[in-house]
Amino acid sequence: MKLAASLLCLVLAAGCEAARPLPEAPPGPRAVDAKLVQRGAELAAVGNCRACHTRHGGIAYAGGFAMHSPFGTIYSTNITPDRETGIGRYSEEAFRRAMHEGLRHDGEHLYPAFPYDRYTRTTDEDIAAIYAYLMSLPPVRYTPPENGLMFPFNVRAAIGVWKRMHFRPSPVRQVADRGEYLVEGLGHCGSCHSPRTKLFAEDLTRVYEGGEAEGWHAYAINEKNAAPIPWDEKAMVSYLRRGYDPQHGISRGTMGLVSHELAAAAPADIEAMAAYVVRLMKAPTPERVARARELLRDPKVSPGGSGPGASVYESACRGCHSGRGELPWDGLALSLSIGLTGESPRNLVNVILHGIPAAAGGETAPMMPGYAGALDDAQVEAVVAWMRANLTNQAPWPDIGKHIAASRKMSQDMLLFPPGGTGTEP
Amino acid sequence: MTTLEVNGRRVSVDAQADTPLLYVLRDDLGLNGAKFGCGLGQCGSCTVLVNGEAVLSCRVPVGVLEGKKVTTVEGLGTIDKPGALQRAFIEEQAAQCGFCIPGFMMRAAALLAKTPSPTDAEIREALFGNLCRCGTHMRILRAVRRAAKS
Repeated sequence: MKLAASLLCLVLAAGCEAARPLPEAPPGPRAVDAKLVQRGAELAAVGNCRACHTRHGGIAYAGGFAMHSPFGTIYSTNITPDRETGIGRYSEEAFRRAMHEGLRHDGEHLYPAFPYDRYTRTTDEDIAAIYAYLMSLPPVRYTPPENGLMFPFNVRAAIGVWKRMHFRPSPVRQVADRGEYLVEGLGHCGSCHSPRTKLFAEDLTRVYEGGEAEGWHAYAINEKNAAPIPWDEKAMVSYLRRGYDPQHGISRGTMGLVSHELAAAAPADIEAMAAYVVRLMKAPTPERVARARELLRDPKVSPGGSGPGASVYESACRGCHSGRGELPWDGLALSLSIGLTGESPRNLVNVILHGIPAAAGGETAPMMPGYAGALDDAQVEAVVAWMRANLTNQAPWPDIGKHIAASRKMSQDMLLFPPGGTGTEP
Repeated sequence: MTTLEVNGRRVSVDAQADTPLLYVLRDDLGLNGAKFGCGLGQCGSCTVLVNGEAVLSCRVPVGVLEGKKVTTVEGLGTIDKPGALQRAFIEEQAAQCGFCIPGFMMRAAALLAKTPSPTDAEIREALFGNLCRCGTHMRILRAVRRAAKS
């Protein structure tokens, strides 16, 4: 059956040959338009090229970041303008084609780990700016490791089959709503915040219902968003720009990288994106609004009770998460955290076990020590279940143990993206 | 009342469950190796082992440690008979004021138990969360390398 499927793929692949190669960009220095480069830097921050195109401890944009999938491991490419190992040979036309059609400059298909299903919706004008920015970077000579993918995914023609099933180039010519345009396209929020199909395409029947990214859960950002305090535009701008909001908490894990990048985006773009995301979440029900008001008045950090979960919470968590501190440096009252009310316990488990690492390079940022050494699996499960039952109004999670086991196995690379600093400006 | 094993000895401590392990070690058990640096889990000078994992004892409540094994720097050896890691730190003179050193040693002990021959990058990564204000980091790195070889 597997073989038959693979053969079918290959037969189909025969009809999905690569495209024509495009002429190379000439060597030598390029004209630099400083304004365009600056605009490109802001847009690259929205597209968050850096997060995937930088390996743990590596030089920004030089690639080599390992992305794990059920089909094997893909390493991100070097997108600095080095001619031998980066994208220095890409003309602007070739770069635009890569973004719009998922094709390499030599015409081969690119793996959809590069989110061209979303980037395709970017205007030529914005792509030109991003191109100018990337080409202004210092070239880095670095060849990422070879992909370790299983057959038939290691055959690039097979991607042609995948693209036929899941992808239509759809460049945007006219931008009506800047927020919608950035969220749906360059920002590629859906790449993490939507579930994926078995073939790893974004499941467009369940868009923004919540997904997974490198061992972190990406919460639903549509009307299913379960934040105890419903998001408004002001809070969302704060979260996206500064990496935290006093009533929602700090952004960490993979989202920490996103907000760290977004600090460099144009404020007007962030505001537009925030407005659109809040629209996606729809107006909260009166019950949610009432509960939020109640929680802000009294976050109920000490609901009482006994048992192993309560005793871990009371002794290990409540001291910092007292509801009296000031974010981002002190802990959020946990009843305000989507980590407890969300659809998956994964992020809560990750943070309990591994903590929040100090920021790289001495930047100021909140941190939390991990409890992987001090708490055993039963204790973690007990405290997670207890917090869900006593600090939220949500049904119990059925699969806490599974997430604990998976989180314990997370490698440092997957877990501890250098989180960067947290902005303090208003 | 919490019963735990500290440096191979079973002890029962009559401390409130939310008392940090560090206070219990220093105030109740007289083990002054682990130090109070920041009290916020940010400097690493209070690092000890719990079931072989390095933890920050200033942020670990003793109540969660029922039945677990705690190892402090006193558990690595004595003044007369220093353990391999302690010898290496002495031989490399890897201390100035010495306040942070027990934490570094315990973090290194956790590393060497799992990775007996670590690379320099692995040592740096493991010790990343421990701070030395005197700046003896290069000597500390050499001491850990020496301990790994011994």
